Amino acid sequence: MLWEVDVHLVDANADHTARAIVTGAAELGIAACSQARTAVGWLIEGDLTRADVERLAARLLADSVTQSFVIAAVGEQQLMSGPAELPTVVHVLPRAGVTDPSAKSAQEAMALLGLQPTHVRSVRKYWLPPLHAVDTERLAWKLLASEAIHDVVVGPLQLTTLAGAREWIFSQTSVPLNGLDDASLEHLSRTRCLALSASELRAVRDHFQSIGREPFEIELETIAQTWSEHCCHKTLGSPMDHTGPDGESQYDNLLKETVFAATQKVRESLGASDWCVSVFRDNSGVVRFDGDHDICVKVETHNHPSAIEPYGGAATGLGGVIRDVLGTGLGAKPIANLDVFCVGPPDTLLADLPPGVIHPRRLLSGVVAGVRDYGNRMGIPTIAGAVVFDAGYTCNPLVFCGTVGIMPRNSADATVKSGDLVVVAGGRTGRDGIHGATFSSVELSSTSESQSGGSVQIGHAIHEKMLTDFVLEASRQRLFGAITDCGAGGLSSAVGEMGAQLGATVDLDNIPLKYDGLSATEAWISEAQERMVLAVAPADWEQLARVAADEGVEATVIGTFTGTGQLVLRWQGHVTGELNCHFLHEGRPRQRLRSRFTKPAEQTLVWLQPSPEHSTGSIESCLLDVLAAPDVASKEWIIRQYDHEVQGGSVLKPLVGPGAGPADGTIVRGVLGRDRGIVLGAGIRNRLGQIDPYQMAAGAIVEAVANVIAAGADPDRIALLDNFCWGECRREESLGTLVEACRACHDMAIAFAAPFVSGKDSLNNVFSWTDAAGASHELSIPPTLLATALGQIEDVRRAVSPDLKCAGNRLAIVGLSRDALAGSQLELVGRVRGGRVPTVDAASCRSVFAAVAVAQRAGTVVACHDCSDGGLVTAIAEMAIGGGIGCRIELGRVPTDGFDSRQSVDRDLTIAFTETPGRFICEVPAATAARFESLLTGVAWGWIGTVLSTTDAPQRLEIVSTDAQTVASMEVHRLAQAWRGVRFRTEKESP
Amino acid sequence: MILRAPGTNCDHETAHAFERAGAISRRVHVRAFAEKPAIADDFQILCIPGGFSYGDDIASGRIFALELTTRLADALVKFRNKGGLILGICNGFQVLLQTGLLLADPKTGLPQASLAHNRSGQFIDRWVHVRATAGKCVFLSGIHELELPIAHGEGRFVVRSSFELSQLDAAGQLVLRYAADASGAPTNPNGADADVAGACDETGRVFGLMPHPERFIDATQHPAWNAHMDSSSNGAGLTLFANAVKAVS
Repeated sequence: MLWEVDVHLVDANADHTARAIVTGAAELGIAACSQARTAVGWLIEGDLTRADVERLAARLLADSVTQSFVIAAVGEQQLMSGPAELPTVVHVLPRAGVTDPSAKSAQEAMALLGLQPTHVRSVRKYWLPPLHAVDTERLAWKLLASEAIHDVVVGPLQLTTLAGAREWIFSQTSVPLNGLDDASLEHLSRTRCLALSASELRAVRDHFQSIGREPFEIELETIAQTWSEHCCHKTLGSPMDHTGPDGESQYDNLLKETVFAATQKVRESLGASDWCVSVFRDNSGVVRFDGDHDICVKVETHNHPSAIEPYGGAATGLGGVIRDVLGTGLGAKPIANLDVFCVGPPDTLLADLPPGVIHPRRLLSGVVAGVRDYGNRMGIPTIAGAVVFDAGYTCNPLVFCGTVGIMPRNSADATVKSGDLVVVAGGRTGRDGIHGATFSSVELSSTSESQSGGSVQIGHAIHEKMLTDFVLEASRQRLFGAITDCGAGGLSSAVGEMGAQLGATVDLDNIPLKYDGLSATEAWISEAQERMVLAVAPADWEQLARVAADEGVEATVIGTFTGTGQLVLRWQGHVTGELNCHFLHEGRPRQRLRSRFTKPAEQTLVWLQPSPEHSTGSIESCLLDVLAAPDVASKEWIIRQYDHEVQGGSVLKPLVGPGAGPADGTIVRGVLGRDRGIVLGAGIRNRLGQIDPYQMAAGAIVEAVANVIAAGADPDRIALLDNFCWGECRREESLGTLVEACRACHDMAIAFAAPFVSGKDSLNNVFSWTDAAGASHELSIPPTLLATALGQIEDVRRAVSPDLKCAGNRLAIVGLSRDALAGSQLELVGRVRGGRVPTVDAASCRSVFAAVAVAQRAGTVVACHDCSDGGLVTAIAEMAIGGGIGCRIELGRVPTDGFDSRQSVDRDLTIAFTETPGRFICEVPAATAARFESLLTGVAWGWIGTVLSTTDAPQRLEIVSTDAQTVASMEVHRLAQAWRGVRFRTEKESP
Repeated sequence: MILRAPGTNCDHETAHAFERAGAISRRVHVRAFAEKPAIADDFQILCIPGGFSYGDDIASGRIFALELTTRLADALVKFRNKGGLILGICNGFQVLLQTGLLLADPKTGLPQASLAHNRSGQFIDRWVHVRATAGKCVFLSGIHELELPIAHGEGRFVVRSSFELSQLDAAGQLVLRYAADASGAPTNPNGADADVAGACDETGRVFGLMPHPERFIDATQHPAWNAHMDSSSNGAGLTLFANAVKAVS
């Protein structure tokens, strides 16, 4: 019997989902949808009586105070009845095979009432006014459902059973490669979504020829996953001949000789005081924290899945990086998350979007909701982040998710021993996320949505939370020797990596499945979420299984690490594949690449909007525009959706001060009750990507470091992470920008003695489509490096926030301001065009970092903010907003360099808004001013103003020009309003 | 006893808060408690901390509450009747209401109140001002007004009828309410009936609240501590835990 229980709100006014639909419909131009009703339905199949189902509804599914319910067999008319003016009924339900977390929880809970239905599915129901069929369809797909994961049914549901597929019957498929030419090999790679080049397939063909047979499908898939760009740095690790502005250079392995090499040099120079523990070899980078603990950090991207299904893509992106931390060493406890999104401009017109592209606003609210629901449910505070808006990301958004973890000292090293059991723990395996690794290594197109729906995974945060509790307890008891997460490539990558030296035998039929019908290959490469693989000594298995049972986690032995150097896959005893580990991990042919970069000529600076606007008042209007610009404007609407305080360790939150202004670096305690803290900062300078990729990367790193320094981090303990996101990488010119960025990473890491400890690249962020006229288009993202800085502060009680504190205190700027408006916020708001690229003077930056840190440690600084987007006056305005207090600054006192003899208004605007990297504003009490002065030796700095407070009139920010005129006098309240002005409609709640 | 279930995620900091208030705390999985309900005899205070028990799938706290009522109802009633204190924070408050341990109709046993989705329809993390009228509530003794953070999507306190609301009010059980902040602006963050942020039972020994006192046991947890607090002082939330510990000592 297939029952349906619909749960309705008693108070229809509390139906916020319905309100969101009406707003959303209006935005889509469907005015007829002026009201709506919603309900949550449950499809329950099994040998249950009506009385049983009533008990389920009353005790489990509906709230007796706020909800009512309707029970009937699926398809019955009473399930359709709603208000007469809302005759259109739309059902949205997860597609067969897509994870349905709440249904799974509901089914498990039904057992508590002694009822055992065979299947449970959730369905969301909507009652809408009479609408044209086209509008209903459009509304359903734009607002209610996602094509990648949902089915939509308009009208009554016609289902008789929820039962799915039948068990897969074993069969062995080999894929003949012999005799195929390059064109045929490439065709094979495309049709099978392998993302392998002809030369790589030739190597596979030759290898199998040498052992006298053709590869089986499962072997070919394993190789494709292992050799994917996603799993090994295929491009960045290539030998490269580069021609750049500084001449010719050769690399045998670009990444090793730039990023890794810098880390190596920094560690060597630190000698015995090297504080790196495990870098670039585990799932995350590990560094020393205090006497008992190490900390680790990883940032991942999940761009392609998020482009297709923002909510699920972002949620599983975060879920994946959390598992990276959990799967580091012998397991680390995740204690903080960070997220950075790059999306198209919020005001993009719907009509301008290529087919298959989700509007930036819908996309952003979807990814925010995904991170919110996953991070909040995991109980990990999301403490840092940024959002960048740029037309280059409209079709190919970037979603970065990062996690910081903590682990006891001496648990960073994991070892797999011959004879250890291969144990898979956590969620079951389904058809979700097949080909994620290879999918993320190819380009997106307007048909990706329909072709690749299978590669979007749906997360179930609570299963990951249970898995985390299990892993940390098993780790405490030392019940496993090594652990890794099932991410891209699924078990094929996880077991393959762990057994890279020893080899393993895996019984694929032992993998616990969500439902029948998966083939051996599918089970092996599925990227179903919330799974970890552990290497467990046979003697520890019994106790490990007990810990798993205590936490309600399924753990299953699926094989053994053997020591034969062969990866053997079996199904019910039959060998379905056998791969030589050495070939699998070392056999990929490397290709010599050529790259070239020519710096574009500097564009002459042009001031737009000349007088009368371009006069005394222009600083005021520019400042208001910049504060309201999407990149700068308050992200409070996002931040407050994230639980940034769970775990109780937060010290500097993303919004600080009485006025809740923006923070630079954010801080959490490593261990509750102890005062040592972790400082997190991020930097991104995408607007320079095309003009000067070296400065783009250098600037991003300086910004990340400046963020943590401003908060009080120790400059001698900063670890860096790189996340390269590039567009098309076939042409020499585009590869050239990548090489330039790598060179910058190398130089900055050495200059700041800040080693890179982990990183990731995501290349081929390209979107291609054919327009109505039949013309083909291709759009690449701007070259983008996200730099993340992981800092440490000895005593969190000495942390410094950016909000202005007290009237009478003095304001200083530390660091030289240069004329550099290219790519600035001032350019973005349409006030200038062109100009010089902000360049990093690494040596001066390092001195500035050191000086600011010394001044802070001496207790002379009560507020500190770095100058980044929007320059000096934007930073000052943010400090004033945070403190809810005013100040007066004099532009003529700002130390500058390289300013030509422009007319005064231009000079003032340039000083006010230039984005020279590596500058800080410090608030210094009069009592410590002399000490502050004495500590700032060897750096350019100057007193530029005073904190002001008025008791009887509104607080004001006053700016004095280089000609000693007061050119701006603005209420702090008004600045705050401008900064908070940009708001977005938030989309549907979690499905 | 810090009672946790799959998806509980404030157990460590809540245990830490009790320890800082002088208690010895232990985290206990509901599975272990159900296997051996007698372990409740080892404890004087039982706290259900915040989180998303069972993912808040279906509704917040629903499945955890069902687990307690189907497997541990007797143990919990016994614990309360022998003088034990029960505290539910955020998700724990949601659980307490759904189990009927707090604000149940004396005749039917059905919950009189529930915690519904916030009026905004969104999860929200922010700081609020709350005003306490402690009355019998052991936890709030001596507390009048304090700032605490909230972090929830389902925290709108709803009572079945206005009659029942006034009854609970008259009985002095609606002991914690959102109040105006320093600027005089109201801080009811979720549209709760009568601004209720927390409520206790007739004995004052069972108490649930939406704000997180364990997130303000130390000055440095406040968003503006750098501006106007002594960084080595305690947070106002610590008093709740100290009151509980004092009451059973």
